[in-house]
Amino acid sequence: MAARKFVLNENLRELGLLMFIIALSAGVQARNPVFLTVSNLTSLFTNTAILAILAVGMTLVLITRGIDLSIGATIAFAGMVSSLTVAAYPTISPALSLLQGTLIGAFIGSIIGLLVARFNVLPIIATLGLMNIVRGLTFMVSGGKWVSSYQMSTGFKAIATGKTLGLNNLVVIAILVYALAWYFMNHTRTGRRIYAVGSNPEAAAISGIPKKRLVFLAYALMGALAGLAGVLWVAKFASAQGDTAMGYELQVIAACILGGVSISGGVGRLSGLILGTVLLGILNNALPLINVSPFWQMGIQGITVLAAVLTNVMVKRNTDRNALRRRAI
Amino acid sequence: MADDTGIRIDIRKRWNWREFFFQWEWLLVLIFLGVHVVNSFLSPYYLNLDTFISTPSTFLDKSFIVFPMMFVIVLGMIDISVGSIVALSAVIMAVSFNAGLPMPAAMLLCLAVATTAGMINGFLITKFKELSSVIVTLSTMIIYRGIAYIILGDQASGRFPEWYSFLGWGRLFGLPFVVVCFILCAVIFGLILHKTRFGRSVFGMGNNGLTCRYSGINTDRITFLVFMITGFMAGLTALFLTSRMGSTRPNVAQGYELEVIAMVVLGGVSTTGGVGRIAGPILAIFIIGFLGYGMGLANIQAPAVLVVIGLLLILSVLAMRVRFKIRKKSAAV
Repeated sequence: MAARKFVLNENLRELGLLMFIIALSAGVQARNPVFLTVSNLTSLFTNTAILAILAVGMTLVLITRGIDLSIGATIAFAGMVSSLTVAAYPTISPALSLLQGTLIGAFIGSIIGLLVARFNVLPIIATLGLMNIVRGLTFMVSGGKWVSSYQMSTGFKAIATGKTLGLNNLVVIAILVYALAWYFMNHTRTGRRIYAVGSNPEAAAISGIPKKRLVFLAYALMGALAGLAGVLWVAKFASAQGDTAMGYELQVIAACILGGVSISGGVGRLSGLILGTVLLGILNNALPLINVSPFWQMGIQGITVLAAVLTNVMVKRNTDRNALRRRAI
Repeated sequence: MADDTGIRIDIRKRWNWREFFFQWEWLLVLIFLGVHVVNSFLSPYYLNLDTFISTPSTFLDKSFIVFPMMFVIVLGMIDISVGSIVALSAVIMAVSFNAGLPMPAAMLLCLAVATTAGMINGFLITKFKELSSVIVTLSTMIIYRGIAYIILGDQASGRFPEWYSFLGWGRLFGLPFVVVCFILCAVIFGLILHKTRFGRSVFGMGNNGLTCRYSGINTDRITFLVFMITGFMAGLTALFLTSRMGSTRPNVAQGYELEVIAMVVLGGVSTTGGVGRIAGPILAIFIIGFLGYGMGLANIQAPAVLVVIGLLLILSVLAMRVRFKIRKKSAAV
């Protein structure tokens, strides 16, 4: 019964979010009819794909009551190393580049996972530290230089610009990631156990769930996705820089929060996540269209996040109060 | 977690050589000396009095945030919006001065803005207890810097009056003015933390907030005040930083939160709350400061400094855990 009510609540929340997205789109469309055209929507989804991929990993981490601030740096590092490799060996296949980036990311994620799960370092401290180490390493491996478009092979750039089945590769990869994540989070034992660890760590530990291993896994997967996203990012913008994706972790966390992933762990669904990502994508895409200065973007995003977090709390308080009242009678 | 935090209650104890020599601060003193030994090998001109007097003014501006951040971390919380508060208050000061406000008023405005920003953090954290301080300060971090960008875009603003540079470059009693202010703040914050009821309450709340509430301590007020003071000190940092740089832009003080938190944690303040002494972070400020200076002497680039600070942060957290394990073991014997 309780579980069903929870799902109902989540559905209501997502319905609200969907309505908001529709209202926002209608508003933007009224101001600038370019918004709802095929070409603009294509670019919207292509631009949002990387954010969506990262949001899946961040959701796993948030479900375990953690947070990962290092992913911007991981994106930059994985992107930088893979593009340096491509610059040195132009014949390398794009699939290998993707694999390389993913492995680098998984390695960095594993270090964080080890620190958090094995050594009980607070996630915020561990990832803040790693963020700077990895960012520093990115500058060091590149010697402060950029890897530019002409140094990358066409195959490498095609990772982001090419099409499969009429869809942009980035979107295809994002769909694949979501399909895998959907199966993993809802239909495997490990996936369900990650929720269990996040919603009640003590109960999970008592029922014999290997908490440390699962927390480790969440960070390792986050790292792997960040590494993958790094290669995609570099291929998309056709340039790898030391300050690539600086501060991007904030956007990813914002997308998760908007999508209803709870910071206190245990709660988060992919359907909500998609809506949250799309909403953030629309904000990024539409603000320039309706002549809002790009300098407003950060402030508006911050306010949106805070509003989402506070609304979540209010709704939760309200339902708790109602539940109590019902019990009193 | 109570057995994990190594709480020590201040009752007069017999002097114990092990207790005395196994203090975290001695390790910091050793590292501090080590940094100087390495630095003096790097440059033959390093070891003279003037280095020690004038070098600190290059890194002390952010150290003003270390004191309140120590309070925040002793509470078991964290504030990652401090860098953004510095940027926001500096930008508002510069813009309002260039719009015709007299400089002293602009400086007051800077402090007021920073304090307000801290109060907003404190308000949100105390009114919405379901939310962790991480997520609240994360979102205000975006908002504060976002407002700074809205105000100034990608411009810089400056052209301050001549006398304003005194804050960053001037000297008082032969010491740089920043150093004088720093010593003053260190004494004030040390006294507040270790000698007042407020300070004891902060420690108490870090160890067990619920017990404190039930013993009649106004925990909300203390949390609110701590975050407000953090904002105020970030404003002070903005004053000194802007004076030293001569102008400001919305992207100043990026990453300050990391450096400040690293200093506090390296100083032996436990991230789980309730443990720490003022001497530790003060030593850590100078260790990281002189380390950065030495790496500059050795022509090591800024990115490497980032790596070192990140490593220091993580290693000191790990070392703290080992230390508590040893203490627990020796207590059991």
